[in-house]
Amino acid sequence: MRHIISLLMENEAGALSRVAGLFSARGYNIESLSVAPTEDSTLSRMTIVTRGSEEVIEQIVKQLNKLIDVVKILDLSDGSHIERELMLVKVRAYGKDREEMKRMADIFRGRIIDVTEKTYTIELTGPGAKLDAFIEAIDPAVILETVRTGASGIGRGERILKI
Amino acid sequence: MELTGAEITVRCLMEEGVEFVFGYPGGAVLNIYDAIFKQDGFKHILVRHEQAAVHAADGYARSTGKVGVALVTSGPGITNAVTGIATAYMDSIPLIVISGQVSTHAIGLDAFQEVDAVGITRPCVKHNFLVKDIKELAATIKKAFYIASTGRPGPVLVDIPKDITSQAFEYVYPATVNMRSYNAGVKGHGGQIKKAAQMLLEAKRPMIYSGGGVVLGNAAPQLVELTRLLGFPCTNTLMGLGAYPATDKQFVGMLGMHGTYEANMAMQHSDVLLAVGARFDDRVIGSPEHFAREARRIIHIDIDPSSIAKRVRVDVPIVGDVAAVLDELIKLIKAAKEPRDEAALSAWWTQIEGWRNLDCLKFDRHSDIIKPQRVIEQLWQVTQGDAFVTTDVGQHQMWAAQFYKFDQPRRWITSGGLGTMGFGLPAAMGVQLAQPGRNVACVTGESSIQMCIQELSTCRQYHIPIKIINLNNRYMGMVRQWQEFFYGNRYAESYMDSLPDFVKLAESYGHVGMKIEKPEDVEAALREAFALKDRLVFMDFITDQTENVFPMVPNGAGISEMILAEEL
Repeated sequence: MRHIISLLMENEAGALSRVAGLFSARGYNIESLSVAPTEDSTLSRMTIVTRGSEEVIEQIVKQLNKLIDVVKILDLSDGSHIERELMLVKVRAYGKDREEMKRMADIFRGRIIDVTEKTYTIELTGPGAKLDAFIEAIDPAVILETVRTGASGIGRGERILKI
Repeated sequence: MELTGAEITVRCLMEEGVEFVFGYPGGAVLNIYDAIFKQDGFKHILVRHEQAAVHAADGYARSTGKVGVALVTSGPGITNAVTGIATAYMDSIPLIVISGQVSTHAIGLDAFQEVDAVGITRPCVKHNFLVKDIKELAATIKKAFYIASTGRPGPVLVDIPKDITSQAFEYVYPATVNMRSYNAGVKGHGGQIKKAAQMLLEAKRPMIYSGGGVVLGNAAPQLVELTRLLGFPCTNTLMGLGAYPATDKQFVGMLGMHGTYEANMAMQHSDVLLAVGARFDDRVIGSPEHFAREARRIIHIDIDPSSIAKRVRVDVPIVGDVAAVLDELIKLIKAAKEPRDEAALSAWWTQIEGWRNLDCLKFDRHSDIIKPQRVIEQLWQVTQGDAFVTTDVGQHQMWAAQFYKFDQPRRWITSGGLGTMGFGLPAAMGVQLAQPGRNVACVTGESSIQMCIQELSTCRQYHIPIKIINLNNRYMGMVRQWQEFFYGNRYAESYMDSLPDFVKLAESYGHVGMKIEKPEDVEAALREAFALKDRLVFMDFITDQTENVFPMVPNGAGISEMILAEEL
């Protein structure tokens, strides 16, 4: 099962490597990991997307909780939540591809944010699956470069991760 | 009052009541050593290798329950200490390791003796700190002691750059620690404890399985009270030896890979299993798929939630301090009114006695070669079961665990989790310093002892009168045993050739050396050695080369699938 785990941790040097080190040392899988400061400058918020059986996920959550720098943790997949990821894709856009790329960007509600005679750079936001679908939908030969932020997530409604 | 970083470090240690600092100087810690020179609050013990500094601090911590302290320099100082830190981490021993670091402006520039100490130790510490600002120094050391000694204990590293130790700052030692991200004290869930009590009272074939957590949590009195109150059989893990008295009739011996037949059979055939401060480790329960999980209900008490349901799913998890949870359980059991199934319990004991009658630890007592088991038995008799015993790792460790009957916790000092050869001698130094006047024995083998043998020099310098029981079979015995059982007698690199003359070696360090070759000389030699109260005695017992540790559960098998002595 794919799980999105959100955590608040002390905004200290080395905190990120404690989390990353835990995953590699114990053989847990990381699909994506994103981290940035919060409105409280002493805290960072991290979103980890991982896969594993229920037992493995339970261990991951417990082991993360054990890290001294981790203040609070929430398995977003335990309840309803919103997931978003940002992707930038640079595609070849000349000849017949130019119109096609514009059309595909529109269909996926992407925005073209950089244009040259031969390329477009498309910005796309959504759950990971939507970004995957976009990549699937276009001709792999036109993709020049992709960059993804990894997922960020937040609970719906009253589900709040805050100290 | 303004103090330098070095003086602050020393003052903090004094504030924490530290008695001994085990260490080795070097460039990055020279300021701290200068501050140590000028104080008399604690004693510094100069080891001969940093690994030994950490093991000695570890032995001190295990035997007293207090936090052990080691001090090493940057670079090779801290890398040498890593084995000791990992040893303490695996066995949850509270330690503070202070390492010097190159100056803050030199960090990251591949300076002389620079190594990323925080990075290297990260996977084997409970937590670690790099102090980048003198303002943080005292508070960091306070936090380090707090983290090391509370919750599930463990080693904490404080890496201090050299320039921090020479800067000056107003010294204030914080009275309390407040960390929003760390909550050490957990009280067991009342409802779960009630459920557990009910389950125990309904049990027909109960078993109590207690581990190192009971020793670390100082919960041995509660364990004994509960076990006696219930009349249940009790087993201790390697780490838990001494928590329940080994000479008591309700004790069925250690369990696990080299556990007794009765302990392993009772584990496997119980219907209610109470696990206390234990973690269902692979050397203890063998393969989880052969653990007959469905056949029984399991109650698991541990302070560390991540120890619960890690290898084995449990029915009643209780996260909390073991002593407090056991206190609650005792109260509930005492207050219970329902009659218990005495007939079932008595039938269960009959079955256990049947297993016990197999006498799985028997060995040839009439051999004309010294049997290692006999040496341990006689050590137990000569020291009246009251010695502190440290070990290294291998066959001798298992024989010591099987044949020295520990009746009290914190007497048995062994590297269980990491299995560190070289642990025994330096750990014994820490124990002896903490326990002046008491009998301290280091049970070892000719291979293990050579891994930290340089510490004989430290023992000489500080007059540490430990007794070294060297079970010398000229083999890495446990490696040889596995090669005999599982590798068709191909003894690849397991023979210890070119051994030193241990008697002369001991004498060259200024100690007493003895070589014992005949079974009839063992007891007298032990008596003579322990009578030399103020001397280190190195006893080199020439033992049977072919002796194996039984019973043995092969790797990956279930714990009731034991190889017994007579099967070979």
